[in-house]
Amino acid sequence: MQTSEHFSEGSRHLRGRYAIAGVGETTYTRGSGLTTRALACWAIRSAMQDAGLAARDVDGVLAYQMGDSVSSPFVAGDLGIRPNFFMDVQGGGSSTEALVGLAMGAIEAGMCSTVVIYRAMNGYSQARVGGSGRVETPVSGDELHDGAYGWRSPGQRFAPTFMRHMYEFGTRPEQVAMVRVAHSKHASNNPKALHRRRVTVEDVLASRMICTPLHLLDCCIETDNATAIIVTSIERARALRRAPAVILGVVGRMCKPRPDMHFQHGPITTVAAKWAAPRLWSGAGVGPSDVDVTGSYDAFTFTTLLQLEDYGFCKKGEGGAYVASGAIELGGKRPNNTSGGHLCEGYTHGVSMVVENVRQLRHDADDSCPLGPDARRMHTYDYREGGCRQVRDVNVTANFGWGTPAYGSALVMSRDR
Amino acid sequence: MAMTGQYLGMTLSIAELDHENAAYFRFCARGELRLQRCKACSLVRYPPGPACPWCTGDAFDWVPMSGRGAVYSYTEVRHAVQPAFRAHVPYLALLVELDEQRGQPTEHEALRVIGNLSMPDGKLAPPEVVRTVGIGSRVRIVFAPAGPEIAIPLWALDPAHAGGAAPWRYPE
Repeated sequence: MQTSEHFSEGSRHLRGRYAIAGVGETTYTRGSGLTTRALACWAIRSAMQDAGLAARDVDGVLAYQMGDSVSSPFVAGDLGIRPNFFMDVQGGGSSTEALVGLAMGAIEAGMCSTVVIYRAMNGYSQARVGGSGRVETPVSGDELHDGAYGWRSPGQRFAPTFMRHMYEFGTRPEQVAMVRVAHSKHASNNPKALHRRRVTVEDVLASRMICTPLHLLDCCIETDNATAIIVTSIERARALRRAPAVILGVVGRMCKPRPDMHFQHGPITTVAAKWAAPRLWSGAGVGPSDVDVTGSYDAFTFTTLLQLEDYGFCKKGEGGAYVASGAIELGGKRPNNTSGGHLCEGYTHGVSMVVENVRQLRHDADDSCPLGPDARRMHTYDYREGGCRQVRDVNVTANFGWGTPAYGSALVMSRDR
Repeated sequence: MAMTGQYLGMTLSIAELDHENAAYFRFCARGELRLQRCKACSLVRYPPGPACPWCTGDAFDWVPMSGRGAVYSYTEVRHAVQPAFRAHVPYLALLVELDEQRGQPTEHEALRVIGNLSMPDGKLAPPEVVRTVGIGSRVRIVFAPAGPEIAIPLWALDPAHAGGAAPWRYPE
């Protein structure tokens, strides 16, 4: 009998055979004034225009949600897309990269040929992750073990993992705060970002404590938005409008033991990335040192730190020093979340960080640099406030999705040939 | 009939089909912390559930725990999300490692139970007590009544270990 270890080559057999051909999004706002259905149509239309695809060219739709969004057949119908395949998946932060893998699988299985993946949410004005706090929600069944203790929001749930990391490795609040500092720097060069003001370590530490170790500025922002990406074969992608972002490897919702409650299986300072990393790098045929830009899920400053650590960008326990070193900032060795991410640009449950890395791979980040005659930005690589956010010579990017400390997904992409 | 209760202004309920949670909280209402021990492999599990995470076994006994342990990690909540907790900030959400089955069946495994820091009478701890507790603090179980069939297990400082080594607290 074969065990799962026998398949640890990951997605190697599909390396380079699929690509992201188009990306799109709505504005990031607090108060969209639109339904999730209208937001989804906006983002998908934008991605189709980016790729140069008509409705008849898209025949697969994948979406994810947490009971807070429109179902994909409505959106397909609105846009005149006739899916040969669609699926609505339950879940949040670990979904994006996993759905890229599912799209590749659906195409590989012959169920369809070009798949749009979207996430549409009024995450500020309608469904707040962790609850709005406006009404007392009944606590029932399994929730009696957490909700009855005021332990319900993602920050509350993840905090004991972060605290234990500080205890075991001496990780300092001012190191963790550097994630926000870096992402705010990036957001200041992203005209789309909701929060474009650069902040300092002192700003983060002086913001009010939500639940230790998370200050207000350690937490992402809640926004209304939709985001979309289009996956197709490398051959089809090469015939389209934009240079393909080639998919080198993917892992989807990789779990550590006891994904229901990872506290039962320590060390709790180790997250799912530790299990995902060997399969990811083996499948992609590259390693951490080959990656030019990362997109690491920043629901909180600390989620980025833990993922970069457990995917192998630094030694275990040294994530604090790594994020504080400047390596993750524009101009540093390996910038993370060059759009400002969920901490500053807006919260879209992960898709936005893939959108950003596709643009980085095209060398066409949508900053304030002047447009050239070919409608592409003429990048200055001057990262001062309000300036450029394109990283020089990006060849390989990695995205890390986080559901909880116990499960996550990842995606490695490169430029074409 | 679903079991229901009231706690800090929250309505609690356990569905009729949810046998494991119903049994767990009925024991709590009697002042007992009991967990399921697998009849096949003899390992105790938490949280309550229908199968053994180590051997998939479905048969079990409810066995009493000592109700003593140490804080393995925690968060001090200063901004409550749920309205019921707004009057109680700052409060501690504790991850308590029980004394039983530590390091079993592998070195990193243990029974780690979630709860709040409370006083011996089951009232959530006031700020001056919250300030004294952190990773390593020794605690013992207490129960806050929430109805005829439900009590909420909470954790109070264990007087048997008063004056021990200072716990680790978030640096500020």
